Amino acid sequence: MITAKEVTKHYGEKIALGGVNLNIPKGSIYGLLGPNGAGKTSFIRIMNQINAPDSGEILFDNRPLQIQDISSIGYLPEERGLYKKMKVGEQVLYLAKLKGLTTAQAKERARMWFDRLDMRSFWDKKVEDLSKGMAQKVQFVTTVLHEPELLIFDEPFTGFDPINTNLIKNEIKRLNSEGATVIFSTHRMESVEEICDHIGLINHGAVMVEGPLLEIRKRYKDGTYSFTTTVPFDFEKNTVVSQGESHTGYQTVLKLDNYPKNLVIDLVEKDQLIAFEEVLPTVSDIFIDIVQNGPKQHSL
Amino acid sequence: MRSPILLIIEREFITRVRKKTFLVITIIAPVLFAALMIVPGVLASLPADHKNIVVLDEPALLLPEVGNDQFALDYLNPKEFDLALAKDYLRDSDKDALLYIPAGEGWDPDFIKRNILLYGKEDIGMELQGFIENRIEDKINQQKLLKQGVDPEVVNQAKTQVNIKSFTLGEEDGQDETSATPLKMGLGYIAGMMIYIFIFFYSVQVMRGVIEEKTSRIVEVIISSVRPYQLMLGKILGIGLVGVVQFLIWIILSSLIYVVVSQFVYPEIFAQQSISGPNGADLSVLETTGIFDMVSSINFPLVLGGFVFYFFGGYFLYSALFAALGSAIDQEADSQQFMIPVTAPMIIAIITAMNVIQEPNGQLAFWMSMIPLTSPITMMIRLPFGIPLWEVALSGAILVASFFAVVGIAGKIYRVGILMYGKKVTWKELYKWLKY
Repeated sequence: MITAKEVTKHYGEKIALGGVNLNIPKGSIYGLLGPNGAGKTSFIRIMNQINAPDSGEILFDNRPLQIQDISSIGYLPEERGLYKKMKVGEQVLYLAKLKGLTTAQAKERARMWFDRLDMRSFWDKKVEDLSKGMAQKVQFVTTVLHEPELLIFDEPFTGFDPINTNLIKNEIKRLNSEGATVIFSTHRMESVEEICDHIGLINHGAVMVEGPLLEIRKRYKDGTYSFTTTVPFDFEKNTVVSQGESHTGYQTVLKLDNYPKNLVIDLVEKDQLIAFEEVLPTVSDIFIDIVQNGPKQHSL
Repeated sequence: MRSPILLIIEREFITRVRKKTFLVITIIAPVLFAALMIVPGVLASLPADHKNIVVLDEPALLLPEVGNDQFALDYLNPKEFDLALAKDYLRDSDKDALLYIPAGEGWDPDFIKRNILLYGKEDIGMELQGFIENRIEDKINQQKLLKQGVDPEVVNQAKTQVNIKSFTLGEEDGQDETSATPLKMGLGYIAGMMIYIFIFFYSVQVMRGVIEEKTSRIVEVIISSVRPYQLMLGKILGIGLVGVVQFLIWIILSSLIYVVVSQFVYPEIFAQQSISGPNGADLSVLETTGIFDMVSSINFPLVLGGFVFYFFGGYFLYSALFAALGSAIDQEADSQQFMIPVTAPMIIAIITAMNVIQEPNGQLAFWMSMIPLTSPITMMIRLPFGIPLWEVALSGAILVASFFAVVGIAGKIYRVGILMYGKKVTWKELYKWLKY
C-alpha cells in the first residue's frame, strides 16, 4: 500500500527523518511505533502530503504518491478538532466534500454512520454543545466517511474515553476486514499490540526494525518460558526470572539457554504441570533491547 | 466534485453571513449613514426654540436691541434692579434666561467684557451663548471705534469678502475646468479613510479565522484534504466576498433610505436645501451651476474604479499578511507584537493624508502611492485630483505584483505556522520558516 524509500526531512538544522524505508502491506493493521519526537508525525504528514520530503519518495499502491491520493486517505491527526460553532451535520458534509464526495453521497453515508454509532440526535447540534465523547465519535466519522483505502490514526486513543476507544477499535477492525489498510502511530506501544499485525519501530528519524509483529517477536525471543505448576517447584535459582502464585497454581518464569524438553517431561510425569508456554517479548521489550543492543538480523 | 477552494469560499461566506453580528452591522450601518445625511437637514428645519431673555444692562450697552425671532430681549430698569433682584425676577417669571451686563467704573469696555454673566433656568444652549457673545462683541467694537473717532460705518464698508474663481487649465481654450479643490479634498479624504477602515476590518477577520482554525485544532484535518495555500486563499476570498456583499447592501440600503426620506417624508426640507446656501442666503443661478461644474470636473468613473481596485488590492495584500500572522500565534492576545509593524504603513498613510491632500502631486504623495503597503490609501486620496494615468497604472501594477509576492511568502509562513503549537514565535523564527 505504502512504500517509503530513503525519505528524509529536515527542519532547519534539525533532522526529523534521516532516510526512512518502510513497507506497509495492503490490508494490514500497521503499528508505527516509537517514542515522542522519533519522527512519526513528520512521516505521517508526508504521507498526507501536508509536507513534502526533502529527498526520497513514497509509493502509493506501487506508483508515486499523487495529489489525488488524498481522497483515498483518511487521517485522524494527533492535534484534532472541529469547528466549534458549526453544526455537526453541516460540518461532516463539508469535510466529506473536501475529500471529494458529492453532497448526495456525503449525506447518504453520513446518515448510515450516524445510525450505526447511535448519533442521530447530534445532526443539528453545534459542536460546542456536544460532550467530549460525542465529539470524538463525530471526529471518527469524519475520518472514515469517504471510505478511504488507507486510514491513518496518529495517537488515536489519547483523549478518547474507554467506551469510545473500544467502540472505535471494533469499527477499525471491521473496516480493516472490509479491505482498508490501517496505520496506527503511537508512543504507547502496549496499546496497539493486540490489534496490529505489522509494526515498524522508529527512533531518531530512522526505522530500526519492521515486519510482521509475530515474526519480530519471535526474532527477539530470549528463551523465556513460563511454567504453572500445582505445587511450588524448586528450579535452579540462577534461571528464575520471577515466581509467584497465579489463580490456577504457582507460576515460575525461567530464562534458559535451550528448550526445556526434559524439564517439561519430568513435570508432566509427576502430574504437576498445569501450563507451559514460551514467553515472547512485548514490543516495548523489543524496543528497549534494540536501543540498548542494536537490531538483530533474521535468525535461522 | 467541486474544487476545494470553492467549498472553502462557500463555507467562509455562509458561516459569516449567517451570523447575527453580520445582520446587525449590515442593517444598522446604512441606517446610521442615512441618519448622518438626513438628521442635519431635519434638525436645521425644525422650528427654532424660542427663548425670552431678560437683560439687566447697567451700561446700556445693548439697549435698543430687541433680539431676533429666536431670542427676544427684554430690559430691566437698572435703577430698580440689582443682580440679586434680577435673579429673583427670573425665578418667578416665565423668562428663560438672564443676561447681566455690569457697568463697573468709568464705562471700561474691557471691564465689561470680562464681567458679563448669563443665567439660564436650564443649561444655556450654545446657540444662545453664541448669539449674545456676537451681539456684545459687535457693540463693544463699535464703542471702541467711536472712542478712537472712527465711524463704524466706514469700517463696515471697508470690509471686503473675496471669492476667487479658480480653474484647472485645459488643453485648449474653452476646456478650462472649474477648480473643485475643496470637493476633491473631501472626496479624497473620505475615500482614503474608507479604504483604511475596510482593509483593516476585513483583514483582521481573516486573522481571526486562521486563529480559530488553529485553536480549535481542525486545521490539520482540513489540510490533509486541501493544500494549505488553498485554505488560506479560500478564506481570503470568502471573507472578501462577505465584504463585497456587505458593501453592496450598504450602498443600496443607504440610497434607498435617503431617497425615501428625501422624497416622501420631508420633501420640503430637501427642496429647500438644494436652493439655499449655507447661511440661508439664496445662491444665484451662476453659483449653483458653479457647483455642478465642480462636480463634473471630477473623474468619477476613475475614482469609483480606483476605489474598487485599491480596496481589493489592499485587502488581498494585507489579509495575506494577517493570515500569516494569525498562523504564527496561538491566540489573538499574542498578536500585538506582530500587528504593529504590519499595520504601521497603513497608519502612516492615514497620518500623512493631510499633507497628501495639500500637495497631491508632491514627492511624498508620489512615493507613498507607489509603495504597495501605503498605495491603496494614498492613491485613493489623490485620485479625485486627477493623477497622470501612467502613475495610476504603475501603482496598480506594483500592487498586483507585490500581492503575488506577499501571498507566496505568507503562504510559506502559514503552512508551517498552522501546525506549530505552544511556541512563542519571534521574527527570526518566521524567517526560518520561509526555508522549511
